[in-house]
Amino acid sequence: MLNFISSILFATIVAGTPLIIVGLGELVTEKAGVLNLGAEGVMSVGAIAAFAAANFTHNPYLGILAGMAAGMIMSLLFAIAALTLMANQVACGLALSIFGVGLAAFVGKPYESVALDSVPPISLPLLHRIPVLGHALFEQQALVYFSWVLLAGVAWFLYRTKPGLVLRAVGEGPVSAHSIGYGVVAIRYQAVLFGGAMAGIGGAFLSVFYTPMWVEGMVAGRGWIAIALVVFATWRPLRVMIGAYLFGGCMIAQMFVQGSGVRLNVPSQWLSALPYLATIVVLVAISHNRSTIRLHSPASLGQPFLPDA
Amino acid sequence: MVIRTLALTLVSGAALLAAPTKIGFVYVSPVGDAGWTFQHDQGRKEMEKALDGQVVTEVVENVPEGADAERVIRQLATDGCKAVFTTSFGYMNPTLKVAPNFPDVDFFHATGYKTAKNVGIYNARFYEGRYLCGVVAGKMTKTHVAGYVAAFPIPEVMMGIDAFTLGMRSVDPQAKVRVIWVNSWFDPGKEREACLTLISNGADVVTHHTDSTAVVQAVEEQHKAGKAVWSCSYHSDMSKYGPTSQLTGTTHVWGDFYTRTVKEVIAGKHPQVNIWGGFKEGMIKLAPFNKAVPADVQKMVMGIEAQMKAGKFSPFQGPVTAQDGTVKVAKGQLMADADIDAINYYVQGVDSPQPKQ
Repeated sequence: MLNFISSILFATIVAGTPLIIVGLGELVTEKAGVLNLGAEGVMSVGAIAAFAAANFTHNPYLGILAGMAAGMIMSLLFAIAALTLMANQVACGLALSIFGVGLAAFVGKPYESVALDSVPPISLPLLHRIPVLGHALFEQQALVYFSWVLLAGVAWFLYRTKPGLVLRAVGEGPVSAHSIGYGVVAIRYQAVLFGGAMAGIGGAFLSVFYTPMWVEGMVAGRGWIAIALVVFATWRPLRVMIGAYLFGGCMIAQMFVQGSGVRLNVPSQWLSALPYLATIVVLVAISHNRSTIRLHSPASLGQPFLPDA
Repeated sequence: MVIRTLALTLVSGAALLAAPTKIGFVYVSPVGDAGWTFQHDQGRKEMEKALDGQVVTEVVENVPEGADAERVIRQLATDGCKAVFTTSFGYMNPTLKVAPNFPDVDFFHATGYKTAKNVGIYNARFYEGRYLCGVVAGKMTKTHVAGYVAAFPIPEVMMGIDAFTLGMRSVDPQAKVRVIWVNSWFDPGKEREACLTLISNGADVVTHHTDSTAVVQAVEEQHKAGKAVWSCSYHSDMSKYGPTSQLTGTTHVWGDFYTRTVKEVIAGKHPQVNIWGGFKEGMIKLAPFNKAVPADVQKMVMGIEAQMKAGKFSPFQGPVTAQDGTVKVAKGQLMADADIDAINYYVQGVDSPQPKQ
């Protein structure tokens, strides 16, 4: 029974990690007022870049770096279109996601039959001996630990540092921030690049660590789920993590239920829909306070910034 | 003057005869290097090789089912294709919509059930291969539990699960098959999670009815780490991804069918095709056995295959009992094709709750 719980926790954390990384990157981007819907495409490009690099160098961690770089380049395209040329952010983001998925498929053709060696998890020295939680929490991949550090880092940056305050100010009132003298466009560029880097890392996790293979379409909608998570978590970092683990947890739990032979009279389609439903319901329930929502949602989200308007 | 006209006619007639026939193919997913579409593409390539110079093929891959499909099929027919093969169930209505507008073009729809004057259907008895995989699984299992990662609860998938279970139970009466539905034809992440879940719940042979190699890869990973688990692949031989742990697999072989059919199309015969072929017609083939499968098991399986080839054995010959106890086929009886096509129940031996449809 305890083994059971440990396995479910382990799988939940693995399933939730790419959502956390991409979600936190998207959160920082949106806090600065930029709505980047291209996460799916950036993840795909990050995934193939990481896979190709890991295959070439036989080092999965160099793959992560390559994925991050590829993600930043893709989001740079978005930034130029949406911030400098001031095209509609939603349209640019959608175009980026479609472009990214297609580009990754095209570049990835020669890699479709390549299999990478799976990366052994990293066990933290003493912590992994703890009875149930040890295996689930402390025998994970490096990127899992990174996701926790990222959560702490993003929360601390946004709410406890001056640059974070400036970023949030840019997202709330870009005109005021501009009149005080902060470079709104420059700050937004950095936020978008950060979001792209995180999406690239998220994609790298999928193709190098999660299922060490590359096939067209393997991101399978996780970029969109991460974007939705940010909104349902009302732009609060810790809730993004809660939502990600809740989503992953429901998905894993329903598989465990199906695979254990327990007789449930629920159609499997309901069980498949459960993660999405549960995440929406729980996040909406814990974030239903209207004024708190308004407090945390960036006021200028999606609106282009014209300095002289 | 007459001689010149005669010569011209002969030359142009010869030119028409020599011009290669265009054949169109519509795929629902990218070709990749294993899976449903890959096998169709292998078949297409074999056909091209066999009819070297007489055909030129036009392929459109990754076509979503629905309005896009109709557009693509229409485009292929307008482009001058003499035959169009539409390789997914969801292309059924689009194909039937386009066909009347092109009475000279032969359309062939895979895994469908509606035909028309110039629309034929073709399918393969995958369940025959499933049965044999079940036999191998039953012989190799130590925990008497097998896992099945399945996409959608439609008859095609259900008959595969049932055939596998029947095969496994025929050599291991206490065997159980547990099924996880991932509700997607293709999602490597989910397939991998489902596979690992089944293994941690006690399954030591896992097979799948999904389109990626994730299950075979996950089993290979566990096998390399020391766990005694095995896999049976589907669609293609995925031993490249599971060199030590893939026992065998059910592979689809479309080359012969495509070559035969296209030959008739070239000859202008407008073949009326309604084929559901198995081992007998060469449309299903078992992947090579893993070295770990003992020689006597291999011999036994080949024996059953030979019987199926000779038409003397069917996985769904009686007795077949459903999970809830009702007898679907009595001993000595054979299940009719129409009934196999409508299977929406589990047989006894499947240890999972029956999905509602």
